[in-house]
Amino acid sequence: MEKSEVFERLNNVFRDVFDDDTIVVKEETTSKDIEDWDSLEHINLIVAVEQEFGMKFNMNEVTTMKNVGDMVNIIISRS
Amino acid sequence: MRELEYPFDANYLLKNKRRIKKSLLEKNNFIEKKIAILGGSTTSEIKNMLELFLLNYGIKPIFYESEYNKFYEDAIFGNEELDEFYPDIIFIHTTNRNIMEYPTMYDDEKTINQMLETEYTKFTKIWESLFSKFKCTIIQNNFEYPFYRLLGNKDAVDIHGKTNFITRLNQKFYDYANKTKNFFINDINYISSCYGLDKWANQFYWHMYKYAMEVPAIPYLSFNIANIIKSIYGKNKKALVLDLDNTLWGGIVGDDGVEKIAIGPEVPSGQVYSEFQNYLKEHKNLGIILNINSKNEYENAIAGLNHPAGTLKPDDFIIIKANWNPKNMNIKDIAEELNLGADSFVFVDDNPAERQICKNYIEGIATPEIDVPENYIRIIDHNGYFEVTNFSNEDLKKNELYKDNAKRSQMMSTFENYDDYLLSLKMKAEISSFKPIYLERISQLSNKSNQFNLTTKRYSLADIEEVNENDDYIKLYGKLEDIFGDNGVITVVIGNIKNKDELHIDLWIMSCRVLKRNMEFAMMDMLVKKAKERNIKTIYGYYYPTQKNKMVNNFYNLQGFEEISCDEQGNKIYKLDISKGYINKNNVIEVEE
Repeated sequence: MEKSEVFERLNNVFRDVFDDDTIVVKEETTSKDIEDWDSLEHINLIVAVEQEFGMKFNMNEVTTMKNVGDMVNIIISRS
Repeated sequence: MRELEYPFDANYLLKNKRRIKKSLLEKNNFIEKKIAILGGSTTSEIKNMLELFLLNYGIKPIFYESEYNKFYEDAIFGNEELDEFYPDIIFIHTTNRNIMEYPTMYDDEKTINQMLETEYTKFTKIWESLFSKFKCTIIQNNFEYPFYRLLGNKDAVDIHGKTNFITRLNQKFYDYANKTKNFFINDINYISSCYGLDKWANQFYWHMYKYAMEVPAIPYLSFNIANIIKSIYGKNKKALVLDLDNTLWGGIVGDDGVEKIAIGPEVPSGQVYSEFQNYLKEHKNLGIILNINSKNEYENAIAGLNHPAGTLKPDDFIIIKANWNPKNMNIKDIAEELNLGADSFVFVDDNPAERQICKNYIEGIATPEIDVPENYIRIIDHNGYFEVTNFSNEDLKKNELYKDNAKRSQMMSTFENYDDYLLSLKMKAEISSFKPIYLERISQLSNKSNQFNLTTKRYSLADIEEVNENDDYIKLYGKLEDIFGDNGVITVVIGNIKNKDELHIDLWIMSCRVLKRNMEFAMMDMLVKKAKERNIKTIYGYYYPTQKNKMVNNFYNLQGFEEISCDEQGNKIYKLDISKGYINKNNVIEVEE
């Protein structure tokens, strides 16, 4: 899967989860950049991303993920 | 909303909850309820999902959420915020993660019994403490099975096993629930097994976020809670309206002939319909009314229902519509004949097009998306249309009552003068102040009545108990029987005494089963009598219009009240001066106190 495709699909997931069509995620995007992205929403986001890409993150991945770029790399490594 | 009915897409709901909530809030006519969630693990998403399902049922929740794992502290030691919130409903979300101590192999039977008692007492203290503080309803989870079995199969059997311990603890919870009003078990043990325990107990979610089940399971949990709550507030469905061909039997009776339709034990395709018929017939015991709505010649429909292998017979149905009219028209006719709102119907039809038409034309009707016959029962069952919370003896008799009504209609047609008809019924009423044995039925009636309901004020059992104990209320119930049968408690009036000599009528409801029997006049006569005993001079009546209560728009005028105000929404206030005398209006019902 191309990185650009992952970003595009990921962007849609973010927009759905936070119900905000202005969101554009980049490699360096973190929870600080999106207002509603707190620890409780984080789990929802993870579930929605897993659903979108038909994969599961393991605990180690979720706890060490620092930004959207990390997330994208994990998704690509699984595809 | 289709997305919130079973079978639903849990991931879709989780991802799109914000958008779904916005669109649900575009409707109005919500009843607001304050719900406190006391959690023994993370509850955030449980709350969010519960909100969606409740909004879909027309209930707008306002939430209090305890701090993480502070269910015990909030309940026992109290909490100002919670006190001020004063919940209508408290949901205690505990799971097997909250069991403090499990038996080990070293413990003897006595010690284990003691452990069980300690655990149980912890919970009864919580419940008793909450009940003493709030007039509320408590919904308590039972416990799901553990996700591993140290003793293997013996874990279920041996007193040292966690599975065994949980089973015994659950039984104690059920015993408590059976003897306690306003207390309901949310059966997560069943829900988790339907979902699949290994998935439900996915440990990732516990260690990462302290959720006691995997997040995609949460919509199933919340739906189950929402069903209990909507049932408490009288939003259960009341009747099944059933198609025939390929719904109650396989094949088309008009084309194939009675002998060819699939029903009965000989072949799998017949067995599956037999089991479905049995399942439907069981609903009669819950007071659910069965009706037929089928595109068929009437004779063919009856012939099909008389198939010797069928368990449902023509006599099991209150109304049978077998004709070529559009099905939505038939449903409207059935609603009118039963005096029930069509939004309280579940329409079961294998044809998606028929379901869609009925859904489009009839607001609030349920049209479960049954697909293949082997899934019919699960899909209807898991929607929780008929969730039982307060079951009364009235429910057992419900089908007979509707049958009696059909006989009355027949008799009516033999009289030219309506009063003569009423007298011929030899009606006897019991009208009296609330009695403990009827409180449950009274609460149920206040939640079920939509049409003959002046203020549409809902009372939970706890609310009714409060009114019953308060001397500032005149509270009357009415029972009515006649030559065809006993209708039981069918009307309630609650008046609040204020400023010494004023009576304000908070609630006046009557079951539509007894419309046009002059029972409302018998109630008025008794209300005035009781009011005079309390030195009331003026009675105030209120009418708040809803989409359903137009039939009582003129009610207080008929009772001789004078309209004193009416606002833009059509909310009216009426007044009746009884200090200068009152003439009784009822002369067809014999009344006992």
